[in-house]
Amino acid sequence: MGTHHITVSVNGESREAEVESRLLLVHFLRDNLGLTGTHIGCDTSNCGACTVLVDGRSTKSCTMLAASADGAEVRTIEGMADGAELHPLQQAFWDQHGLQCGFCTPGMIMQAAWLLDQNSKPSEAEIREGIAGNLCRCTGYVNIVKAIQQASGQLETGEAAPVVAEETTEPNEPVAAGGS
Amino acid sequence: MIPGEFDYTRPGDIGAVLRVLKEREGEAKVLAGGHSLLPMMKLRLSMPTVLVDLRGLSGFDEINETDDGLSIGALATHRQILVHPVIASYPMLTDTAGGIGDPQVRNWGTIGGSCAHADPYSDWPAVLLATNASLVCRSEEGERVIGARDFFIDSFATAIEPTELLTEIRFPKRPSGAGGAYRKLERRAGDFASVGVAARLRLDGGKIADAGIGLAAVAEMPIAATDAEAVLTGATPDEVTFRAAADAAAAQSRPVTDGHGPAEYKRAMVAEMTMRALRLAHERAAAFS
Repeated sequence: MGTHHITVSVNGESREAEVESRLLLVHFLRDNLGLTGTHIGCDTSNCGACTVLVDGRSTKSCTMLAASADGAEVRTIEGMADGAELHPLQQAFWDQHGLQCGFCTPGMIMQAAWLLDQNSKPSEAEIREGIAGNLCRCTGYVNIVKAIQQASGQLETGEAAPVVAEETTEPNEPVAAGGS
Repeated sequence: MIPGEFDYTRPGDIGAVLRVLKEREGEAKVLAGGHSLLPMMKLRLSMPTVLVDLRGLSGFDEINETDDGLSIGALATHRQILVHPVIASYPMLTDTAGGIGDPQVRNWGTIGGSCAHADPYSDWPAVLLATNASLVCRSEEGERVIGARDFFIDSFATAIEPTELLTEIRFPKRPSGAGGAYRKLERRAGDFASVGVAARLRLDGGKIADAGIGLAAVAEMPIAATDAEAVLTGATPDEVTFRAAADAAAAQSRPVTDGHGPAEYKRAMVAEMTMRALRLAHERAAAFS
């Protein structure tokens, strides 16, 4: 069956490869390019650990073919830091202890990057809705939310976040991530 | 999980897409956002010989309101629909788009993909039934417009011919006094519906002039609750009418026991979700002059 010559810009660097039709983007990133920061969690587009940005849109890279990414710009967790300087989201996850085991963190940060691109000052409810496609089994999400609040300039580094009573939303309530 | 082997092609225009569908009739599957098809291919429930990726097409994701109605390109993502300013006057569509999957799924999944895939648990088909939307399919022979009630024919089966591509969904324009709502019961946030009910009402002179009810996840295919529609049409929009319609919808549903719950529970929830959808549709209809 067919193979395809693809050219994908990954973290600003043009990468070319000959790939099988059925190769998934996440395997291309991890196995062909060695960018193992993008994790494979559930492999069923539930958990969000493999979230990357494709042309600025967050996607679960286990649910996209590498061939579909031909010509696209892909950004992964490896493309976030500027040399030794962490991206503000990475720094915020560090400062707010937004991770425990860390497995979900790359996907969580890439999804948060998309969220803040759409909505630079999301409310707590919008943050929670925005990361609804990313599962964390350790933190209970509280510190992840705080980290995104810090990265969006809504919480000072190390500042104790206000304890906000959990708001429940109707399942269908369109709390659009962003909604700009 | 790795999909089976297939040929992949990404044509640059619709003519080339239709040509492949004709040349490889019955072998080809169309790939839009991929959020239904790729998971099935990874499980090898779907093993197409050729995958025709629509990423090379442009202009098929446009959303426009005309004098006749609302046109949504088949490649419009749930996210595009959710945030489009025109859709703000069609809250049933906002209910639906905002409740599908999660942000990443909405970023890539498309309305056309959902309708063509015709998963009985998916949300859009119920909405298309309730609104009497139509679906535009194109082939090398020309264009065909199919009413939603003739489009969904079985589980994962539609009236689309193998040589056709679904290109557009057309919703009737929302007249004054009309309103709709989609209410979905889900076991977990982002899950498929356990029960989904789309309800549309048009009020005129204190009566319900016209009504549409579509049900998701409670039959082998999305169904219109025609008995409920008959109860509503011409009746006074009150709790008694809504309860009678809800009971009729539940009676017409054909749920099966599965991981979402027992059939009798789902049937009871059809009634409850129909009540909720009707109340909200009524509120919206009354406020839309």
